[in-house]
Amino acid sequence: MPGPIQSLTRAAAVLRLLAGGERRLGLSEVAASLGLAKGTAHGILRTLQQEGFVEQDTVSGKYQLGAELLRLGNSYLDVHELRARALVWADDLARASGESVYIGVLHHKGVLIVHHVFRPDDSRQVLEVGAMHPLHSTALGKVLSAFDPVAHNEAMDVERTAFTHRTVVEADAFEKVLEDTRSRGWASDMEETWEGLASVAAPIHDRRRMPVGAVGLTGAVERVCEEGEVRSRLVASVRDAARSISRDLGSSPF
Amino acid sequence: MTDVNTTDANTTDAHSSGPFIAAIDQGTTSSRCIVFDRDGRIVSVDQQEHAQIFPKPGWVEHDASEIWTRVQSVVDGAISKANITADDIKAIGITNQRETTVLWDKATGEPVHNAIVWQDTRTDALCREFGRNVGQDRFRRETGLPLASYFAGPKIRWLLDNVEGLRERAERGEILFGTMDSWVIWNLTGGPDGGVHVTDVTNASRTLLMNLHTLDWDDKILASLDIPKQLLPQIRSSAEVYGTAACTLAAGVPVASALGDQQAALFGQTCFSEGEAKSTYGTGTFILLNTGGQIVNSYSGLITTVGYRIGDQAPVYALEGSIAVTGSLVQWMRDQMGLIKSAAEIETLASSVEDNGGAYFVPAFSGLFAPYWRSDARGVIAGLTRYVTKGHLARAVLEATAWQTREVVDAMQKDSGVELAAVKVDGGMTSNNLLMQTVADFVDAPVVRPMVAETTCLGAAYAAGLAVGFWPDTEALRANWRRAAEWTPDMDAAARDREYKNWLKAVERTMGWLDEEN
Repeated sequence: MPGPIQSLTRAAAVLRLLAGGERRLGLSEVAASLGLAKGTAHGILRTLQQEGFVEQDTVSGKYQLGAELLRLGNSYLDVHELRARALVWADDLARASGESVYIGVLHHKGVLIVHHVFRPDDSRQVLEVGAMHPLHSTALGKVLSAFDPVAHNEAMDVERTAFTHRTVVEADAFEKVLEDTRSRGWASDMEETWEGLASVAAPIHDRRRMPVGAVGLTGAVERVCEEGEVRSRLVASVRDAARSISRDLGSSPF
Repeated sequence: MTDVNTTDANTTDAHSSGPFIAAIDQGTTSSRCIVFDRDGRIVSVDQQEHAQIFPKPGWVEHDASEIWTRVQSVVDGAISKANITADDIKAIGITNQRETTVLWDKATGEPVHNAIVWQDTRTDALCREFGRNVGQDRFRRETGLPLASYFAGPKIRWLLDNVEGLRERAERGEILFGTMDSWVIWNLTGGPDGGVHVTDVTNASRTLLMNLHTLDWDDKILASLDIPKQLLPQIRSSAEVYGTAACTLAAGVPVASALGDQQAALFGQTCFSEGEAKSTYGTGTFILLNTGGQIVNSYSGLITTVGYRIGDQAPVYALEGSIAVTGSLVQWMRDQMGLIKSAAEIETLASSVEDNGGAYFVPAFSGLFAPYWRSDARGVIAGLTRYVTKGHLARAVLEATAWQTREVVDAMQKDSGVELAAVKVDGGMTSNNLLMQTVADFVDAPVVRPMVAETTCLGAAYAAGLAVGFWPDTEALRANWRRAAEWTPDMDAAARDREYKNWLKAVERTMGWLDEEN
């Protein structure tokens, strides 16, 4: 394993210095405090400034911490915030599709269901918020594994149980499924977790285009599928809902 | 929870085809218009805020002319976003902030003063004066209401007393009074050129001037308050064609419903049977129970009101209980205490612990409301020990909303003798899963959330659609109602009783904090 990269170590030292007592420092102060040549310190500060981690006061020319650092610190999206934002869109998806709708996030090597809308018929249904679903066989889990690198590693590491004879468990075949998911932008589960049930899901992105969760619908395979494929109308509805929720979270389409 | 963003719903895919019903919601902070299809699905939304005017502490006003401009604009906005024309819209309905009072010149349509908003307390002294030796309950038998500054009647009297020359003009019949439903309908149907001057039974039941039994203006009360009858609109049902829109992109569409906002939510939740109740969780919380044809007098501090009346059918009455501080307590935790960054995070914080850790939070910020009505009470956090964390406090905050719901529901059952089968909920706080489960646990009844969050607008649309035969009857509307989620009680009865006792002890400790009233 190679040693630490010197310029990154120095950049970290500059950030720590700016986060300390004085907060606003000039170029020579930064250079002197860290024992760097002025040219070296200037190069580091300028790069950090381009990345938004450092800002320079236009009047005094002094440097301070930039807004991007604050954004990094606050980037964690609260799942309850996600539910509050997704509520109207998830309701609408259930109404448009006639199926039950779930929103899931990555949690302890599985999919945590954070929101559930009942199938809009009058049947008895039980709220499944708080339930855990598998990463490798559900549509929600495949979407998370395809788009979130952390979920991907976890899905590759866990023991992939064959829940039905359709469950994809073998590593290469599973990677192929994730590749397909990435290229078409949605995932399906055709009786791979539960006999008789099919589901389809798409990713939810936040304003930094990070995949923060997945939204999908689940229903009887006879209703959700047609000639062995998920009905395209349902795929379109799920992807519309995912886009709308992402937009409400501040994600731009580009 | 009030920061839940629903205004972007205008991009909802319009797979549905016409015809449609439009509804205007003239609310306290904004006006909006929503176009619905036959299934009750939202086709388009437009919304605009208006200015809140605070001339003095305790005074709140709106510029009624600005409101009318906003209303026209959102009607045009919603219709053009839906990409439809007036021909596609079978009727337009109205729901509104209740009790807010405006007086205007019949010939010019100019308001004679800013509208006095329901929250405005300038008529406190006037109400005490009207109470004479009887007190708050002087008109309760006739109107179902306590003499309080919210209601429109005393606000009219204040305007007559304080706007120069107004009383003379009113007596000459040059001035019209309206709550926001009347103001919007009069303007929408032509204003000075043939606008119809009407209100509906639900709005009229919040004036302190309408007799609940006759559903007409009460001459004795008008005499007591010295309000000339020629000011007042004709009282009509909540669902009938009042006239035809004369302006905006809706010109030519029948104007066919009016309902106060909380009654509209009751209607939108399809609580059409005696014993059905809805609870709207916003900044505050309003619970309405359908009591059918019965006018139930409350001995537990609830309000008796008209739920709705469809055309010439018999009126349906309701009991109403309000909780002053619910969503606003979460906002207080966010803005004043800084314990959370967004309202939704209260659930994250509350979920970080198993229980309240022995802490109870009674948010009697401006006294205790239903069923206690103690203005000398102030907020209390009870049961504090070294063990209590911010997570426990967050839990206590959510439990406060749930216990207050329980108290109002208990009062309703006591007054009406009707057992609640389920609580239908709506409003921003329904996205809080832990809160909804806690309400189910504490009330010991299932809590049900419908699929359309916009129950207020939906109620106005439903009433308008019924009036023009777009929907055949209330059964057809019930068939549109879809359960989106249901929380079932899952709490040991002994634990519930023990916790309730603790809550009541905490409530006890809020009382008598202020030495003297005023």
